[in-house]
Amino acid sequence: MFCITSFPIEELPVAKPECAAGATVVFEGTVRDQNEGRTVESLEYEALESLATKEGQRILDESLERFPILGATCVHRVGHLSVGEVAIRVVVTAPHRREAFDACQWVVDEVKSRVPIWKKEHYADGSSGWIGAKGLTVDG
Amino acid sequence: MPRLAIRYFASLRDERGVSDETRETQARTPVQLYEEIAKEYHLTVAVCALRVAVNDEFSTMDAVLKDGDVVAFIPPVAGG
Repeated sequence: MFCITSFPIEELPVAKPECAAGATVVFEGTVRDQNEGRTVESLEYEALESLATKEGQRILDESLERFPILGATCVHRVGHLSVGEVAIRVVVTAPHRREAFDACQWVVDEVKSRVPIWKKEHYADGSSGWIGAKGLTVDG
Repeated sequence: MPRLAIRYFASLRDERGVSDETRETQARTPVQLYEEIAKEYHLTVAVCALRVAVNDEFSTMDAVLKDGDVVAFIPPVAGG
Protein backbone atom coordinates (compact mmCIF):
# COMPACT_ATOMS: atom_id res chain seq x y z
CA MET A 1 0.00 0.00 0.00
CA PHE A 2 1.23 3.46 -0.89
CA CYS A 3 -0.22 6.46 0.84
CA ILE A 4 0.26 10.17 1.25
CA THR A 5 -0.34 11.64 4.69
CA SER A 6 -0.16 14.95 6.49
CA PHE A 7 0.06 13.02 9.78
CA PRO A 8 3.51 12.63 11.45
CA ILE A 9 4.85 9.30 10.13
CA GLU A 10 6.93 8.72 13.28
CA GLU A 11 3.67 8.36 15.19
CA LEU A 12 2.38 5.64 12.86
CA PRO A 13 3.19 2.03 13.85
CA VAL A 14 5.37 0.01 11.49
CA ALA A 15 3.21 -2.68 9.91
CA LYS A 16 3.85 -6.12 11.38
CA PRO A 17 5.72 -8.41 8.96
CA GLU A 18 4.09 -11.49 7.53
CA CYS A 19 4.98 -14.56 9.55
CA ALA A 20 7.00 -16.12 6.70
CA ALA A 21 9.31 -13.09 6.51
CA GLY A 22 12.83 -13.62 7.73
CA ALA A 23 13.76 -10.01 7.11
CA THR A 24 12.06 -6.66 7.50
CA VAL A 25 13.84 -3.56 6.23
CA VAL A 26 12.50 -0.19 7.31
CA PHE A 27 13.85 2.92 5.66
CA GLU A 28 12.95 6.35 6.97
CA GLY A 29 14.04 9.47 5.16
CA THR A 30 14.24 12.42 7.55
CA VAL A 31 14.58 16.15 7.00
CA ARG A 32 18.27 17.07 6.94
CA ASP A 33 19.53 20.35 8.37
CA GLN A 34 21.88 21.00 5.45
CA ASN A 35 21.59 20.91 1.67
CA GLU A 36 24.09 22.14 -0.89
CA GLY A 37 25.96 23.91 1.89
CA ARG A 38 22.94 25.84 3.13
CA THR A 39 21.31 25.54 6.54
CA VAL A 40 17.79 24.18 6.21
CA GLU A 41 15.20 25.07 8.85
CA SER A 42 12.17 23.27 7.46
CA LEU A 43 10.62 21.73 4.37
CA GLU A 44 7.31 21.74 2.63
CA TYR A 45 6.17 18.74 0.60
CA GLU A 46 3.40 19.00 -1.91
CA ALA A 47 1.83 16.19 -3.96
CA LEU A 48 -0.46 15.73 -6.89
CA GLU A 49 -2.14 13.37 -4.53
CA SER A 50 -4.40 11.20 -6.71
CA LEU A 51 -1.71 10.56 -9.31
CA ALA A 52 1.05 10.23 -6.69
CA THR A 53 -0.93 7.49 -4.96
CA LYS A 54 -1.48 5.63 -8.23
CA GLU A 55 2.14 5.91 -9.34
CA GLY A 56 3.42 4.97 -5.87
CA GLN A 57 1.23 1.87 -5.88
CA ARG A 58 2.54 0.93 -9.34
CA ILE A 59 6.10 1.12 -7.96
CA LEU A 60 5.21 -1.17 -5.05
CA ASP A 61 3.50 -3.63 -7.41
CA GLU A 62 6.57 -3.58 -9.68
CA SER A 63 8.85 -4.23 -6.70
CA LEU A 64 6.97 -7.47 -6.02
CA GLU A 65 7.59 -8.58 -9.61
CA ARG A 66 11.27 -7.56 -9.65
CA PHE A 67 12.38 -8.93 -6.28
CA PRO A 68 11.63 -12.14 -4.35
CA ILE A 69 9.96 -10.26 -1.51
CA LEU A 70 6.74 -10.78 0.40
CA GLY A 71 5.52 -7.24 0.81
CA ALA A 72 6.35 -3.55 0.34
CA THR A 73 4.62 -0.48 1.71
CA CYS A 74 5.41 3.22 1.51
CA VAL A 75 4.00 6.27 3.19
CA HIS A 76 5.05 9.80 2.19
CA ARG A 77 4.41 12.92 4.19
CA VAL A 78 3.08 16.20 2.79
CA GLY A 79 2.84 19.61 4.40
CA HIS A 80 5.32 21.46 6.60
CA LEU A 81 8.11 19.40 8.21
CA SER A 82 10.80 20.46 10.65
CA VAL A 83 14.37 19.16 10.64
CA GLY A 84 14.44 15.56 11.88
CA GLU A 85 10.86 14.70 10.96
CA VAL A 86 10.20 11.64 8.80
CA ALA A 87 9.35 12.48 5.18
CA ILE A 88 9.12 8.93 3.83
CA ARG A 89 8.96 5.43 5.27
CA VAL A 90 9.40 2.30 3.16
CA VAL A 91 8.91 -1.14 4.70
CA VAL A 92 9.91 -4.28 2.81
CA THR A 93 9.54 -7.82 4.06
CA ALA A 94 11.26 -10.80 2.46
CA PRO A 95 12.49 -14.28 3.33
CA HIS A 96 16.10 -13.02 3.26
CA ARG A 97 17.77 -9.71 4.09
CA ARG A 98 19.59 -9.10 0.81
CA GLU A 99 16.42 -8.99 -1.27
CA ALA A 100 14.74 -6.86 1.37
CA PHE A 101 17.57 -4.28 1.31
CA ASP A 102 17.77 -4.29 -2.51
CA ALA A 103 14.02 -3.87 -2.97
CA CYS A 104 13.82 -1.15 -0.34
CA GLN A 105 16.60 0.81 -2.06
CA TRP A 106 14.89 0.37 -5.42
CA VAL A 107 11.52 1.55 -4.11
CA VAL A 108 13.03 4.69 -2.57
CA ASP A 109 14.90 5.51 -5.80
CA GLU A 110 11.78 5.02 -7.93
CA VAL A 111 9.58 7.10 -5.62
CA LYS A 112 12.07 9.96 -5.73
CA SER A 113 12.25 9.98 -9.52
CA ARG A 114 8.69 9.09 -10.56
CA VAL A 115 6.08 10.15 -8.03
CA PRO A 116 4.69 13.70 -8.42
CA ILE A 117 5.81 15.09 -5.08
CA TRP A 118 7.70 18.35 -4.67
CA LYS A 119 9.90 19.73 -1.91
CA LYS A 120 10.48 23.34 -0.97
CA GLU A 121 13.33 24.12 1.40
CA HIS A 122 13.21 27.02 3.83
CA TYR A 123 16.68 28.26 4.74
CA ALA A 124 18.04 29.87 7.88
CA ASP A 125 18.63 33.12 5.99
CA GLY A 126 14.89 33.45 5.30
CA SER A 127 15.00 32.44 1.64
CA SER A 128 13.38 29.35 0.16
CA GLY A 129 13.50 27.30 -3.01
CA TRP A 130 11.92 24.34 -4.78
CA ILE A 131 14.31 21.41 -5.08
CA GLY A 132 14.78 19.99 -8.54
CA ALA A 133 13.86 23.27 -10.20
CA LYS A 134 16.30 25.44 -12.10
CA GLY A 135 19.15 22.95 -12.09
CA LEU A 136 19.31 22.38 -8.34
CA THR A 137 20.31 18.82 -7.64
CA VAL A 138 18.01 16.36 -5.95
CA ASP A 139 19.55 14.31 -3.21
CA GLY A 140 18.86 12.87 0.22
CA MET B 1 -12.77 26.94 -28.92
CA PRO B 2 -11.89 23.96 -26.66
CA ARG B 3 -11.89 24.78 -22.98
CA LEU B 4 -9.25 23.10 -20.79
CA ALA B 5 -8.68 22.99 -17.03
CA ILE B 6 -5.02 23.47 -16.16
CA ARG B 7 -3.25 22.65 -12.87
CA TYR B 8 0.14 23.93 -11.74
CA PHE B 9 2.42 22.65 -9.00
CA ALA B 10 5.49 23.73 -7.05
CA SER B 11 7.83 26.12 -8.91
CA LEU B 12 5.43 26.28 -11.85
CA ARG B 13 2.55 27.39 -9.63
CA ASP B 14 4.73 30.08 -8.06
CA GLU B 15 5.67 31.39 -11.50
CA ARG B 16 2.13 31.27 -12.89
CA GLY B 17 0.67 32.75 -9.71
CA VAL B 18 -2.34 30.41 -9.58
CA SER B 19 -2.75 26.70 -8.84
CA ASP B 20 -5.43 26.13 -11.46
CA GLU B 21 -7.34 27.89 -14.18
CA THR B 22 -9.57 27.21 -17.15
CA ARG B 23 -8.52 28.43 -20.54
CA GLU B 24 -10.01 28.55 -24.01
CA THR B 25 -7.26 27.68 -26.41
CA GLN B 26 -6.39 26.57 -29.91
CA ALA B 27 -3.54 24.48 -28.47
CA ARG B 28 -4.05 20.87 -29.52
CA THR B 29 -1.36 19.23 -27.39
CA PRO B 30 0.17 19.76 -23.93
CA VAL B 31 3.41 21.06 -25.48
CA GLN B 32 1.50 23.64 -27.53
CA LEU B 33 -0.52 24.59 -24.47
CA TYR B 34 2.56 24.97 -22.29
CA GLU B 35 4.40 27.03 -24.87
CA GLU B 36 1.39 29.33 -25.20
CA ILE B 37 1.15 29.83 -21.42
CA ALA B 38 4.92 30.04 -20.88
CA LYS B 39 5.13 32.86 -23.41
CA GLU B 40 2.24 34.75 -21.87
CA TYR B 41 3.42 34.44 -18.25
CA HIS B 42 7.19 34.14 -18.77
CA LEU B 43 7.44 30.66 -17.26
CA THR B 44 11.03 29.45 -17.04
CA VAL B 45 10.65 25.67 -16.62
CA ALA B 46 11.90 24.13 -19.87
CA VAL B 47 9.44 22.04 -21.87
CA CYS B 48 11.91 19.15 -21.92
CA ALA B 49 11.98 19.09 -18.11
CA LEU B 50 8.20 18.79 -17.82
CA ARG B 51 5.91 15.80 -17.57
CA VAL B 52 2.19 16.03 -17.98
CA ALA B 53 -0.90 14.29 -16.65
CA VAL B 54 -4.20 14.44 -18.51
CA ASN B 55 -7.34 13.54 -16.54
CA ASP B 56 -5.23 12.16 -13.71
CA GLU B 57 -3.01 9.82 -15.73
CA PHE B 58 0.48 10.41 -17.07
CA SER B 59 0.36 11.35 -20.73
CA THR B 60 2.73 12.55 -23.40
CA MET B 61 3.46 16.15 -24.32
CA ASP B 62 2.17 15.50 -27.85
CA ALA B 63 -1.11 13.80 -26.89
CA VAL B 64 -4.20 15.27 -28.54
CA LEU B 65 -6.27 17.30 -26.07
CA LYS B 66 -10.04 17.56 -26.16
CA ASP B 67 -12.59 19.93 -24.70
CA GLY B 68 -12.94 19.49 -20.95
CA ASP B 69 -9.60 17.77 -20.36
CA VAL B 70 -7.78 18.46 -17.09
CA VAL B 71 -4.11 19.07 -17.82
CA ALA B 72 -1.60 18.99 -14.94
CA PHE B 73 1.91 20.19 -15.72
CA ILE B 74 4.48 18.36 -13.60
CA PRO B 75 7.82 20.12 -13.04
CA PRO B 76 10.84 18.02 -11.92
CA VAL B 77 9.78 15.98 -8.88
CA ALA B 78 11.66 15.73 -5.58
CA GLY B 79 9.96 13.37 -3.20
CA GLY B 80 11.72 11.31 -0.56
